[in-house]
Amino acid sequence: MIAMRAQAIDTVAELFEDDPRVAVVLAEISVDRFEPVFAHDPARAVNVGIMEQTMVGVAAGYALEGFHPVIHTITPFVAERALEQLKLDFGHQQLSVLVITVGGSYDYGSEGPTHHSPGDVQALLTIPATEILVPGAAAEADQLVRATYANGHLTYLRTQLVVNREPRDVEFGRLLVERRGTQATVIAVGPMLDRTLDATAGMDVTVLYATTLTPFDAETLNRELAGDDVIVVEPFYAGTLAGTLTAALRDRPVRLHAVGVPRAMIRDYGTPEQLDHVLGLDAAGIRRQITSAIG
Amino acid sequence: MGTLTLDRDEIVRLAALATGDEKHEASSYSTLDALLVLYGRVLRVDPEDPGWEPRDRFILSKGHGPAAYYAVLSWRGFFPEHWLPTFTRHGSRLGSHPDRLLVPGVEASTGSLGHGLPLAVGVALALRSKRGDQRVVVLTGDAELNEGSNWEAIMLAPQLQLGNLTLLVIDNGSSTIDLVPIHERLAVFGWHAEQVDGRDHAALEAALSARHDSPAAVVATVRTTP
Repeated sequence: MIAMRAQAIDTVAELFEDDPRVAVVLAEISVDRFEPVFAHDPARAVNVGIMEQTMVGVAAGYALEGFHPVIHTITPFVAERALEQLKLDFGHQQLSVLVITVGGSYDYGSEGPTHHSPGDVQALLTIPATEILVPGAAAEADQLVRATYANGHLTYLRTQLVVNREPRDVEFGRLLVERRGTQATVIAVGPMLDRTLDATAGMDVTVLYATTLTPFDAETLNRELAGDDVIVVEPFYAGTLAGTLTAALRDRPVRLHAVGVPRAMIRDYGTPEQLDHVLGLDAAGIRRQITSAIG
Repeated sequence: MGTLTLDRDEIVRLAALATGDEKHEASSYSTLDALLVLYGRVLRVDPEDPGWEPRDRFILSKGHGPAAYYAVLSWRGFFPEHWLPTFTRHGSRLGSHPDRLLVPGVEASTGSLGHGLPLAVGVALALRSKRGDQRVVVLTGDAELNEGSNWEAIMLAPQLQLGNLTLLVIDNGSSTIDLVPIHERLAVFGWHAEQVDGRDHAALEAALSARHDSPAAVVATVRTTP
């Protein structure tokens, strides 16, 4: 099964060859995988070295000149270290970029807090009008890259190692309905889908699948709402989407519950699956939390 | 390419319209002479068509105190003089930091120090990709150069052999960090760097007009009074 990162890069490489307005700016990470773009047109592809602020600024320079830049590195080094560059060089200037990150949350399980970034989406949400994409499979990453790379916005696409068993036919800006029930509504974000479906097996709940977080599909959520409880299962810090959901549900008297990464530095080492278990984010942990939320 | 008469008194008058200050204060602005020379003699621009593709690009990275910048843009006809007295007022297009979405002729919105040079490197790469002969000039302050993002870009630009990039440093001695002179530092990093008197129009014009194979740096020193 091809990984999301590899697929996103391969899709960008294809777009790069088809569309002379695509530029790629890297900061040392994944340069090998991007080799085809350097071979095709080195004037639109540059590896700046280990300098993430400048990676963002250089990409914005391309965007000022009408290009559609794509940048890529490990999650915290762009979403957190270079956050002000994203905010000003793209948000303030109103320019187009596609940011593709690798190693979401705690994928680099043995590397510790320096390489973890469960706060990335919360950070990006501080920049108005940012599009935030969390695919759950390689084919979904492909669809979302194609849908957004040239749309004129700051778009943030987050990849993780874990992928769902079957890719869905996702559409930018749309929630998908996975299962309909009557007692509660569960929203699974990106890579959390399979384990959320496993966790809710036998429960009378609606399960929705989100891969576009902003702009959020409030229409589908309100139409499909079941019961008085909404539980969001997030691959990042628990409660990251609270503001988004509060706005989407402003006319509905619902109780909102967040199941996500606990807000503490992760000092355990191990595989992402081992950390899922410790953090209560495997199927059993999610089931426990949902049951406790809705009684 | 402009070959206009460099009417310094006129820029001082326009800048004073913006700030409401006495003219002797406007006269001391550290960027005033360099901006006058750039827009009067060096940059290829068309105020009738600010987005004209063959234009040279200018980024005011040091977005602070842009009265002289607005004065020069108005002098060249990018926007009418009657905008100047609205400077920083509610409803004005002219803020304390320039916004490219609000002010014709402003290429990049700036104000937070250390953003302009990486942007300019990207613009220079993009222009090279388009195979145009346009150039990009970016203005920073000497204290602004303390920001680490600048030194990332200072390392990168010579590596990329960006001969279409000029860094103009207005050195008014405001940096807390006082190492070897800035032009010597930049030369070590591979820039074609020289130091000129920031009030000397002929020296500024010669230094800013020159094109080299490597990126060029012009360090314009100014005293606080002209």
